Amino acid sequence: MCSYIVEKAAIVGSAKGQQGWMRVDTANVYFDHPFHSTLDHTLNIDFTSEADGARDRVAVELSAESARQLVDRILAALKTGEAAHMV
Amino acid sequence: MSYRGIIAETIKFRGDNGDEGEAYYARPSGDGKYPGVLVIHHLPGWDEWSIEVVRRLAHHGYAAISPHLYFRDGPGDPDDIGAKARAAGGVADAQVMGDAKGAIEFLKKQSNSNGKVGAIGFCSGGRHVYLAAAQIDGIDAAVDCWGGNVVVDDKSQLGSKRPVAPIDLTDKLKAPLLGLFGNDDKNPNPDQVNRTEEALKKAGKTYEFHRYDGAGHAFFNWGGAGYRPEQAKDGWQKVFAFFKKYLGA
Repeated sequence: MCSYIVEKAAIVGSAKGQQGWMRVDTANVYFDHPFHSTLDHTLNIDFTSEADGARDRVAVELSAESARQLVDRILAALKTGEAAHMV
Repeated sequence: MSYRGIIAETIKFRGDNGDEGEAYYARPSGDGKYPGVLVIHHLPGWDEWSIEVVRRLAHHGYAAISPHLYFRDGPGDPDDIGAKARAAGGVADAQVMGDAKGAIEFLKKQSNSNGKVGAIGFCSGGRHVYLAAAQIDGIDAAVDCWGGNVVVDDKSQLGSKRPVAPIDLTDKLKAPLLGLFGNDDKNPNPDQVNRTEEALKKAGKTYEFHRYDGAGHAFFNWGGAGYRPEQAKDGWQKVFAFFKKYLGA
């Protein structure tokens, strides 16, 4: 069954939703039955602003394998990017 | 044989606490008296599949309604609102029961009502139907499609929104119950389905359970990875036979 298990990450940044660019303060992350994807379970991320009542979101549904690869690529981009920009 | 016409539309209904919300209502067109069916949508939300189920029921001669259980979190697209409701831990059982009551009252007030109303729910909606059959008067047939968390072994899962495990209300069931389950489902798993059946037997309730091999969760959902056409075809036949027996058609 779908569950209410959601990992919440407090985030700082912006996302482009249906209404255009918006500030986001939360990423809701859950591994569950997808809404759109035809996979049985997907890693779902909803970027939203709870401070604004979560009226809009940017949603992705990824296979578990691609989600793990994404985590790896995110860390790689941070490593190379921070080095390049001497952050 | 030719296909009947139907009328399908989004309407306003009065739910829990008298709150006005939206519901999808479909029924056969033309004069007649029809049994009503309340459709309780699944956790992800009031989606297109749920609406198609309402139309399917109307096509088969029922006046069917699916209230949007998350209307209070709108406006917006139902999938966005569903995601918001999920992140907030879902909606309270008491509120769902209030919305279900309001939708049933709507059906019974219509001039096309034959006086009988059934309820069918999918996933968390199946669990809600189990609850409704125990807590709401006026349901003449209840169908639980793979409702998870009817059995709650981890009591820390109970809280203010979901205070009671539905299985603990089995002796209060007021409607005959049809249950459809995939044997590959993890929630409810076959052991939990067996335990639910034992509770129904012990309480002397009228029920039918059907379990399907080669099917897991949501095996009726055409378009989803879990769709199993043969099992779904048989399952729908069970649903319509059950509704015909208890609601007339």
